[in-house]
Amino acid sequence: MSKRLIQNLTKAIYKHVDHFNQTEVECLIREFYNLLGQPTSSGKSDNNLDERKFKAILKNDFGLTNDTLMERVFRMFDKDNDGFVSVKEWVEGLCVFLRGSLDEKIKYCFQVYDLSGDEYISREEMLLMTRNCLRLHGEEDPFDGIKDLVEITLKRMDHDNDDRLSFDDYEKSVKELNIVLEAFGTCLPSATRIEAFEQRVFQDKSDRR
Amino acid sequence: MGTSLTRAAQWAASDSGGGQLESSPMNDTLLNEILRFVENFSSQNPQEAEVVFEEPLQWSTTLAPSDFTADYDIRESDVESQEKDDEGCPLLRLSPPTVCVRNFSQLSKLACVANEKKLQEVQACVEENRKPLVKILGPNIAALHKAAKADRGKEQQQSKDADVKVKLLRLLQHADKQILRKLMKEISEKVELNPTAVKKEVEFLKNICSTGENRLLKLVRYTSDYEFPNGCRAPLWRQLEGEMFYLVIEPYDTETLYITCSNTGVFFNMGIKPEGDEIAYERTGDVFKDLVSLLKSKSQVFAENIDSQEFREPPPPRAPKPHVELVDAQTQLSLKTSRWKDLRLSGEADEKKNGKDADEKNDGSKNKANFSEASFAEQLSSLKNKASRQAADLFSETSSESNESYEEEEQPVRRQRNTDQPSDYWQIQKLVKYLRAGDQTATLLTLYALMDYDLKQETYHLAMQDSGGLKVLTNILHLEEVNLQLGSLGILREISHNAQTRRAIVDNGGLRSIVNVLDSRNKDVKALAAETIANLTSFRRARRTVRNYNGISKLTKLLDCSADLANVDPRHEKDVEVARFGVLALWSCSKSPKNKEAIRKAGGIPLLGRLLKSPQMNMLIPVVGILQNCASEESCKAAIQTEGMIKDLVQNLSIDNDELRIHCANVIFQCAENKQTRTAVNEHRGLPALVSLLSKTDNKQLMAATTGAIWKCSLSSENLDVFQDSKVLETLIGLLTNQPEQVLVNVVGALAEFAQRPANKITIRKCGGLKPLVRLLIGRNEALLVNVTRVVEACATDLDNMAIIQELDGIRWVWSLLKNPSPDVQSSAAWALCPCIENAKEAGEMVSSLMGGMELVIDLLKSSDDKVLASMCAVVAKIAKDKYNLAVLTDYEVVSLLAKLTDKPNDLLRCHLAQAIAQCCTWRNNKAAFGEAGVVPPLAHYLKSQDMKVRHSTVLALHQLSKEPNNCVIMHGEGVVKPLIHFMGSDDEKIRNAAADCVRNIRVLFPGQARAKKSAPKSPNQH
Repeated sequence: MSKRLIQNLTKAIYKHVDHFNQTEVECLIREFYNLLGQPTSSGKSDNNLDERKFKAILKNDFGLTNDTLMERVFRMFDKDNDGFVSVKEWVEGLCVFLRGSLDEKIKYCFQVYDLSGDEYISREEMLLMTRNCLRLHGEEDPFDGIKDLVEITLKRMDHDNDDRLSFDDYEKSVKELNIVLEAFGTCLPSATRIEAFEQRVFQDKSDRR
Repeated sequence: MGTSLTRAAQWAASDSGGGQLESSPMNDTLLNEILRFVENFSSQNPQEAEVVFEEPLQWSTTLAPSDFTADYDIRESDVESQEKDDEGCPLLRLSPPTVCVRNFSQLSKLACVANEKKLQEVQACVEENRKPLVKILGPNIAALHKAAKADRGKEQQQSKDADVKVKLLRLLQHADKQILRKLMKEISEKVELNPTAVKKEVEFLKNICSTGENRLLKLVRYTSDYEFPNGCRAPLWRQLEGEMFYLVIEPYDTETLYITCSNTGVFFNMGIKPEGDEIAYERTGDVFKDLVSLLKSKSQVFAENIDSQEFREPPPPRAPKPHVELVDAQTQLSLKTSRWKDLRLSGEADEKKNGKDADEKNDGSKNKANFSEASFAEQLSSLKNKASRQAADLFSETSSESNESYEEEEQPVRRQRNTDQPSDYWQIQKLVKYLRAGDQTATLLTLYALMDYDLKQETYHLAMQDSGGLKVLTNILHLEEVNLQLGSLGILREISHNAQTRRAIVDNGGLRSIVNVLDSRNKDVKALAAETIANLTSFRRARRTVRNYNGISKLTKLLDCSADLANVDPRHEKDVEVARFGVLALWSCSKSPKNKEAIRKAGGIPLLGRLLKSPQMNMLIPVVGILQNCASEESCKAAIQTEGMIKDLVQNLSIDNDELRIHCANVIFQCAENKQTRTAVNEHRGLPALVSLLSKTDNKQLMAATTGAIWKCSLSSENLDVFQDSKVLETLIGLLTNQPEQVLVNVVGALAEFAQRPANKITIRKCGGLKPLVRLLIGRNEALLVNVTRVVEACATDLDNMAIIQELDGIRWVWSLLKNPSPDVQSSAAWALCPCIENAKEAGEMVSSLMGGMELVIDLLKSSDDKVLASMCAVVAKIAKDKYNLAVLTDYEVVSLLAKLTDKPNDLLRCHLAQAIAQCCTWRNNKAAFGEAGVVPPLAHYLKSQDMKVRHSTVLALHQLSKEPNNCVIMHGEGVVKPLIHFMGSDDEKIRNAAADCVRNIRVLFPGQARAKKSAPKSPNQH
């Protein structure tokens, strides 16, 4: 990839992101192509990250584990819904992913959790996301426990009492108590992961200089 | 009241005749409970209160007709109530000394009338009516009792009268149970483990590990071979905590167990080695009542086999016979019912079955049977044992017969838990279970659910403690998940407001985890952790634990937030907030002396100095609070001084916040003993600020702190000048009345400093300060007495003041303070006596008129405190100026007492001792007596003292002693002439003359000395 091309790309993408400076954007673009492997000019698939590669990044660099949620995160990045994350989508996605404000993150998480995309998180969606999170000893059915927990959580977060979570419900709950931002599973990297990633990616650039 | 009276009351005479109640604490409780029952009866049960007794309760009273009010018909010596029964008989009749009462409402009223004599009346009533139930309800209680049981199911068909009686009976029975329960609780609280009992149990265990085939344990041994005289083996400092032994036990199926035996029970420790550190003593796990049950809980093999072993024939073939029996009896006792308890409760149960006091005779015979059942030996050992057993033991191991009462006694709390809010309790327990089993998401949701409860609610705390939720919460902190840490800390912070939960968290080792997350990178986590620590460290052990885990230095690190606290950069706001919680935690921790030192070592004082510039009240108050706590340590005082905090402290005095002012003034109070600090206070115009605070008379704490600071500041004379200019003296004198002791101590202390100036002595007199001062001599507060006597000492040097003090009988009061046990008070009083004796009118007669005064002085010459001795010598010197009094002192052998003190090294004492000797020499042959007692050689040695005052008073003493020829011989031998010649050149005329005269006496007597030597048989060469 030529330097010029990257600089042009940087300029184009930089206009659309709030939380990165130009150098950082450039670093991220480089990283994108790094991850992509040997750059070739032929075919769309070679210039974009596919779902499998992207999930591997989520797993290895950002410590996400839940398969359902990783798929959702991929969909969040893949704005144009073509099954690939382009370089632009990559930088824009990371903008929220790494440095999003609380409001941005609330929006992001809500969309991740809203599996069906109907603007509500339903009880069934919650159960689906949390189905594997309890391992009880003995003969007790862990799923009963999960149902119990989901029921309690739904009751507490459902401010308008319509038996499902709207964005307003969710937003209100998170503003009340920030720790429930990722209530139904981790979909954002931890502070240490972010730091490690940023250090690696942004540091690289300065080294090369 | 049937059972509690027959069973629980401790009658003085053992026969059931007209005995009297012993005056024991238990009986007191019993009587108080009965009284309370009677007093509340008529208001709580108006209907039952009107039931007329079958027979009146009758006793001889101390009440007189005059005690009764208008509600009663009073004629001559008799009193009758206005209320009458159906036949027109009055319900209460008093014909001294007998009183008859026929229903509860009258009893209640009588209790009101009797006022302070209430208890006496109840006692008389109980003593003279040994079967109150029979009298109240008639002899057919049994029938009533059946009715009481029967009517629960059936429809009511009895007459109304009987119905009310049944209710009354039930009320009485209920009260009976209540009283018994209360007494039982008292008894059980007194019962704890003792070394002998535990030793026996250890012997037993050693025994089973030594026997071949039945071995249940590999090894049982003490950690220490040394046994203290009281039977314990724990180090002394642990014995203070009630710990007696440490054991190492190796069972077959688990790892080695380290066990602590304390007087509250046995529990596991963290592995105490002979050279173990402090943490090893921490308790892990539950407290058990004895070793056997502790081992049962841990070792499966032991639990399965011990019971069979217990009740088999004593197995060990090698062990000597008597020993085996002893051990066997011991274990049986520890596992079987305590007969002592059994007797009591089975008696009660019998009664319940058989209709209470109705069949008294039967009951008596049953009791006898009960006694014969239990063999004498068993009874004896069980009685011996009762003191050595723990409360829980008594209750948990009672026989099935008394199971019912056992539940009533032991379980009320638990049952309440289960019945009152069962759903919440179980719900929380269930959530804790999820907390253990869930992954990150489930844990987060569970924490979210747990936070939704009312965290102040008792059920919540009980459920958390019972389910081990506290441990899980603190374990969560080890996960590197900020959200989970925040959730867990959020709960911990709230629940740590509850005292019991606090202890449970600390006992479970939770503090370690909380202290660890202080290193977190997340500021919210740090702040929450610090706040939780602030809550937890309300008791000493918690504070020590924080220090042991290096928490103090971690907390101190939090204080390093922003260089300029006055204008905080928005980026640092969060840091300042974290620092604020760190300060709160340190404030709480700094109550322990070692933590104060730890804060200083961690460099906390300079950081606090920086925070002192913060404009936030919620930051300033705890910061100054820490400083106040730390200022009790010398090293911290110095640090506060060098950091230049006085300026900020002084400035804070003018901020209108009394709490802040209190802390600031207290820091100044504690630090101002240092001269530089005093000067600094003055330089920063702190003195006027202090003076202006004197007007806040309604805030006593502030007054105490302010007057304290004024006291210490007035130690510098330039400060005193400032105070004088603003008429502080007059204000202080005004504060001598109507102030609490805390304030008075400081006011009087300041007065003592002011009174060092002659003009102020007059002011004190003119402002009427002497009278309240003399009145303060009657108090008990040591610090106050020391200060008051100091003022008196200063004031008594003024003759006009002295006249007033004498008029107020002040000398007698000061003299009587010599009886005070505190050496400080004794010596301070003695110093005050000196000018009093010197300046009082007709001092000699006054002293001799004080009964026992001389004896007090003589007694204190035997004190072991050098301060006291010095002051007493000074007093002796003053008293001895009067010939007659000196004669009395001589009779009390003052000479030998003074002579004994000559080898003490204290300069102050030597100075006054020499004066006293000089003064006492003037009586008859005391000079010779001193010489014979051997005072001359040590006095000669005093002449080489570094202290000029010592040397001068020694010269005077030697001068007096030299009037006796034999002393001169000794003095010559000790070589005093040369130094005395030196003193002949002294500036002080008195000393000059005394030295010269002394030398003359020695010279004049020299031929005499030669003659003395000539007459001695063993010196023939003198011829």
